[in-house]
Amino acid sequence: MFTNFPFFPHQASAHAAQVDAIYFFMVSVTAFFSLLIAGLLVFFAIKYHRRDDDEVGAAIHGSLALELLWTIIPFFITMLMFGWGAMVFFDAYRPPKGAMEIYIVGKQWMWKAQHMGGQKEINELHVPVGRAVKLTMGSEDVLHSFYIPAFRVKADVIPGRYNVLWFTPTKPGRYHLFCAEYCGTNHSGMIGWVEVMEPTDFQAWLGGGRASDSPAAAGEKLFQDLVCISCHRDDAQARGPQLKGLFGHTVRLQGGATAVADEAYIRESIVNPQAKIVDGFLPIMPTFQGLVSEEQLLQLIAYVRSLGEVAAPAPAGAAAAPAPGKD
Amino acid sequence: METLNYLNNGHGLKSWLLTKDHKRIALLYLVSITVFFVIGGFFAMLVRLELLTPAGDLLTSETYNKMFTMHGVVMVFFFLIPSIPAVLGNFLIPIMVGAKDLAFPRINLLSWYIYVLGGVFTLVAALGGGVDTGWTFYTPYSTAAANGHVITAALGVFITGFSSILTGLNFIVTIHRMRAPGLTWFRLPLFVWSHYATSLIMILGTPVIAITVLLVAAERGLHLGIFDPALGGDPILFQHLFWFYSHPAVYIMILPAMGVVSEIVQAFTRKNIFGYSFVAFSSLAIAIIGFLVWGHHLFVSGQSVYSGMIFSFLSFCVAIPSAIKVFNWTATIFKGSVCLDSPMLYAFGFIGLFTIGGLTGLFLAAMGLDIHVHDTYFVVAHFHYIMVGGAIMGYLGGLHYWWPKISGRRYSEPWAKFSALLVFTGFNLTFFPQFIAGYLGMPRRYHAYPPEFQVLNVASTLGASILTVGYVIPLIYFAYSLFAGEKSVNDPWGARGLEWEIPSPPPTENFTVSPVVTEGTHQYVHPNQEVGLA
Repeated sequence: MFTNFPFFPHQASAHAAQVDAIYFFMVSVTAFFSLLIAGLLVFFAIKYHRRDDDEVGAAIHGSLALELLWTIIPFFITMLMFGWGAMVFFDAYRPPKGAMEIYIVGKQWMWKAQHMGGQKEINELHVPVGRAVKLTMGSEDVLHSFYIPAFRVKADVIPGRYNVLWFTPTKPGRYHLFCAEYCGTNHSGMIGWVEVMEPTDFQAWLGGGRASDSPAAAGEKLFQDLVCISCHRDDAQARGPQLKGLFGHTVRLQGGATAVADEAYIRESIVNPQAKIVDGFLPIMPTFQGLVSEEQLLQLIAYVRSLGEVAAPAPAGAAAAPAPGKD
Repeated sequence: METLNYLNNGHGLKSWLLTKDHKRIALLYLVSITVFFVIGGFFAMLVRLELLTPAGDLLTSETYNKMFTMHGVVMVFFFLIPSIPAVLGNFLIPIMVGAKDLAFPRINLLSWYIYVLGGVFTLVAALGGGVDTGWTFYTPYSTAAANGHVITAALGVFITGFSSILTGLNFIVTIHRMRAPGLTWFRLPLFVWSHYATSLIMILGTPVIAITVLLVAAERGLHLGIFDPALGGDPILFQHLFWFYSHPAVYIMILPAMGVVSEIVQAFTRKNIFGYSFVAFSSLAIAIIGFLVWGHHLFVSGQSVYSGMIFSFLSFCVAIPSAIKVFNWTATIFKGSVCLDSPMLYAFGFIGLFTIGGLTGLFLAAMGLDIHVHDTYFVVAHFHYIMVGGAIMGYLGGLHYWWPKISGRRYSEPWAKFSALLVFTGFNLTFFPQFIAGYLGMPRRYHAYPPEFQVLNVASTLGASILTVGYVIPLIYFAYSLFAGEKSVNDPWGARGLEWEIPSPPPTENFTVSPVVTEGTHQYVHPNQEVGLA
């Protein structure tokens, strides 16, 4: 019954070592101060034990020097922790260019993954060792949180928006995947496995399954089926903005504001088209909320993306790049 | 013939239910929060029993989820938040400032009735089928998907919030307006300072949670689109509003306990506190900075990295005043006349466990580390070290310290020492393994879990059983002391403070003659006495 009970998690990503380093530092600080305080309490309690019923303590009122000492030293220690913690966070925050992309959709109570080659899996995620992987994640219902303890990474999966998570696995193996944000009755059943494979095995796995259409191809099909094409077209009769070369560009909106055409923007333009109207167009597009699932939304985004994107997506708030022609 | 005191001045249920005496109202609170503590503890035991095995085999998932939800709601809103302020604060603050009662005795009674009404709503929700949102009521689950009586439970929290606001208001006005002649701010007991800081949070924070849970009820009942993205709302907005109150609420629980510990440490070393003004002002610093740290609950929700950094920085800052207190308590014991009676054992327990709880809080303030431990058992362990190891240790310490004053009777000291030891041992055995389980990656709120976490969970459940025994024993000897306890003198500990100068139990109006204060309330060595001896 009690044969396998680890006291420390697997360390299976490049990031994990960084998290463990700050963890050990903070454990040392905690142990040092806890033992110091406990030791002093016990020592004082023995040494100054009351010997006589009428005894009182010494008249000591304080010391400014000591107060400053135990304000300033903890302050510097905490600032070190703050800076270090922020650096580790930055490492986990921005995915590197060229990361392998996978779409994740969370729903009560399962994880669905879509690879760019069209492979789909449920409650499993196959990834190659040694390559950065970027997950773009949405939720079909309530909050979830995608958590791989062996990689020390976690991000909430939130309905109505996309969150990104990335990691570089360093050790082949099979690791826990948990939902970390309480999501209802079967929350503890929303678990799975991350299978880190040698690159050749991974290629074989990619080729072995019953691959369906790639997300972009599935998105193109949807684009036809939902007759998006009747307005979003290339010719002069287009009633909606041109989508070629749109992804990653800055779009000029009605009223002079701008927006970067990233995943969140395209998602919003489909489910809530009135929220941001592109300059020069009328607010005539109907909402597709409820008509397309989260997975289909991700496929439509993949399709728009496949129509051409700029090399480096401009970060939000950067100077406006020239908007694509839409006349 | 027995002398007249607040306990025998008026008999019968009506004399209690319509009392305006702050001491009697304190006892009404004592009885009602004890009832809620037992209920909340019952839910906790079911949770721990379920987690004895990896499979979810004792309760269904839905029942399990309701158990941890009701445990959290009851313990946070109906035990921890009112515990020290409403019982010990109510009893002691008027006496400590040399007044006959709080500034608004009728409002004080009203606040108890509001608390009871809120409690009834919550119990109706619990008995009528429960709630499974988690005590955090996160949206859109709570407004669109959750099972059970979310609206009733939310209304319970909404209503009981007013009790908290009124108590805070009463304390602030009393401390400002009713201090005895000569009792300047810097002569006040630190217990009063910590309650002043607590009251500020109660008044400024509680309205926000009240509005927030009302919005949850409105969205669930009327489908207003506030938090649910399917209705055009924003689920992260809820988290901001919720934690704007609920993080400072942790300080509502811990600040009064810090006040208790300051009093006990002085009484059981017969020495005034080391660095009075630093301990006093650190309470205010915690109350103020504590309002600006809520975003550390949102590091993995996709909050912008820059707001994350500001919240991380401020969260580290709020640790400093807590550290100052711990160092000052320790320094107070230096060259004291140390007596390890049960209140002091609880105070020692508090200092040790709060130190661990506070330092492990830093792990969660460090953004990169929080990503891994967020929503795992590490967080569960951390906040139980603060709320159980800190707040409940402080509450029990205070109850043992002032029990002779409250009841006029002495309890069995050997039993008290024994149960303090059980509480300390049981507590650590319950919650220390959860730090390890959390770093291993065990998520919180899991009904079933992978088998490799079992050893740690078995230890936790064993510890919880010991802890339960440690909590039941005081119930017995406190109750027993009421009938058979030795009568207490005015000042059984040889302590200082206005409360020890009046009879035990105190007369209805506390002081027959209004006291005049000429020095700090905790001077054990009187400068003028020394002059007199020379």
